[in-house]
Amino acid sequence: MATTAPETGDGETRRDFIFVAAISATAVGAGLAVWPFVNSMNPSRDVLAESTTEVDLSPIEEGQRITVLWRKKPVFVDHRAPEKIAEATGAALSDLKDPQTDADRVLRPEWLVLIGICTHLGCIPQGQRVGERLGDFGGWFCPCHGSHYDTSGRIRKGPAPKNLEVPPYSFIDDTTIQLG
Amino acid sequence: MAGGPARQYNNRLIRWVEYRLPIFSAVEATIGRDMPTPKNLNYWWSLGSVLFLALVIQIATGIFLAMHYIPSGALAFDSVEQIMRNVNGGWLLRYIHSNGASLFFAAVYLHIFRGMYYGSYKAPRELLWLIGMTIFVLMTATAFMGYVLPWGQMSFWAATVITNLFSAIPLIGDSLTTWLWGGFAVDSPTLQRFYSLHYLLPFVIFGVSLMHVWALHVHGPSNPVGISARSKKDTIPYHPYYTSKYMSVVGISFIILAFLVFYEPNFLAHPDQFKPADPLQTPANIVPEWYFLPFYAILRSVPDKLGGVILFGGSIAILFLVPWLDTSRVRSARFRPTYRYFFWIFVLNSILLGWVGSQPAEGAALLIGRLATVYYFAHFLIVLPFVGWFERPRPLPESISKPVLKSGMPAAEAAE
Repeated sequence: MATTAPETGDGETRRDFIFVAAISATAVGAGLAVWPFVNSMNPSRDVLAESTTEVDLSPIEEGQRITVLWRKKPVFVDHRAPEKIAEATGAALSDLKDPQTDADRVLRPEWLVLIGICTHLGCIPQGQRVGERLGDFGGWFCPCHGSHYDTSGRIRKGPAPKNLEVPPYSFIDDTTIQLG
Repeated sequence: MAGGPARQYNNRLIRWVEYRLPIFSAVEATIGRDMPTPKNLNYWWSLGSVLFLALVIQIATGIFLAMHYIPSGALAFDSVEQIMRNVNGGWLLRYIHSNGASLFFAAVYLHIFRGMYYGSYKAPRELLWLIGMTIFVLMTATAFMGYVLPWGQMSFWAATVITNLFSAIPLIGDSLTTWLWGGFAVDSPTLQRFYSLHYLLPFVIFGVSLMHVWALHVHGPSNPVGISARSKKDTIPYHPYYTSKYMSVVGISFIILAFLVFYEPNFLAHPDQFKPADPLQTPANIVPEWYFLPFYAILRSVPDKLGGVILFGGSIAILFLVPWLDTSRVRSARFRPTYRYFFWIFVLNSILLGWVGSQPAEGAALLIGRLATVYYFAHFLIVLPFVGWFERPRPLPESISKPVLKSGMPAAEAAE
């Protein structure tokens, strides 16, 4: 076994190589050791295991909006009147900041289901309760920083970058939807 | 902390310790008899001492509040009410802590404005300024997380709005906010981690403050004239001259704190904070604590999410660049006839931004906010470099000990 490191062409020794290798291995090891700490801050099992939520649509009158809780988030269910649907389908895609047709956002036109969280900074837009501001486009209005959503929950004016999100849901029967 | 001449102590115990750990001479050399300090420091230089005391008060009250507070979404609000109603003197501890935070920020803003007026950040004190700005950023994080702990409506929605800033980051934004929350919305896991960090960060601030003091004492404090001490005539020992001067300001600060705590404890609080957190109802107008209002106004002035977040972050980040944006070699605004006006415009503009931040983001307030935001950045990116180039500074005095001379030497020679 060689006890003295032979010099290579550009003056680097075997000791330099071992030095760099040891430091690199330590750095990688330290990086890996950090991961459990970082990962512990991700949602825990019980948070992830939040079940699906069923919503009974039968008591909701035409023109009425209700709010239900799913994964600790408010979900807006809007039983839209025909004129509201017409407004939503009538909007030209070129007028939209986040272009999407109304048909892409609903399973059945009379039922609009949205996550009721402003896509700007997470406030709950107004418009669910009678007498609240609906904004300039008849949908929802976020009071925090002035975002206006239309009758399809699409962003029309204000700082929000995206339309109100449509959660994954399905119709179990004609009067029940399942969220999640 | 710089090593001065070894001081001989009469007390044998002090001598015994000093021989093994020279802590007494280190204190003497930092805030004692062995710290030569420019003789012309005015009262604005006392704020550093006030800030250090404020940190100690916040840590002291916080440790005792933590003995009664319960960091849980279900119990936090009630435990704060428990502190206010049932814990012996709990109301006093909490009001000192909450009003103390406000005065802490008032003092730090005055401290920063002092540095901007007198050019305290100029060579060789750039690193001192950077360390100070790091403390400021740590303070904002600590104060924000502390505001969330009572779990009132403003707590919850402040946490929601601020954590959502991170969702503006392209690609990783959503996973990042989920990670910050520990869930799919702000909830108990968020509160618990904020509590942990709110307890940790003040001690980090304490450590960084010691670095701030260390860096300060390498070249000593700057002074109102902005020229360095040249001889012994220019300096006096820190103790007893500045300890006594600064203690008078500490006394005034205590009077202000006592007035708030005992007469107007909720003057700076928000009514919505007295309602428990409700994830289904956003308050009509979310406003942060007064000390964040200017930055909040900048955030809201941009009609684009990512743009707003970038300006918001940029408004703080740009403060770190001040030592390199200011091109003037003259430190003190006393000798800078043009800059001193721009300085006061900047102060007024900051107050204006604060007012805008307290108003709903629409109409005239929004327009004023946009103009004031543009001016805020223009101050750093245009005024600081260009005024430095074009301004003719007034002649600097020969030394600190001489009064300001009517016919002094040319500025360029006097400035080092």
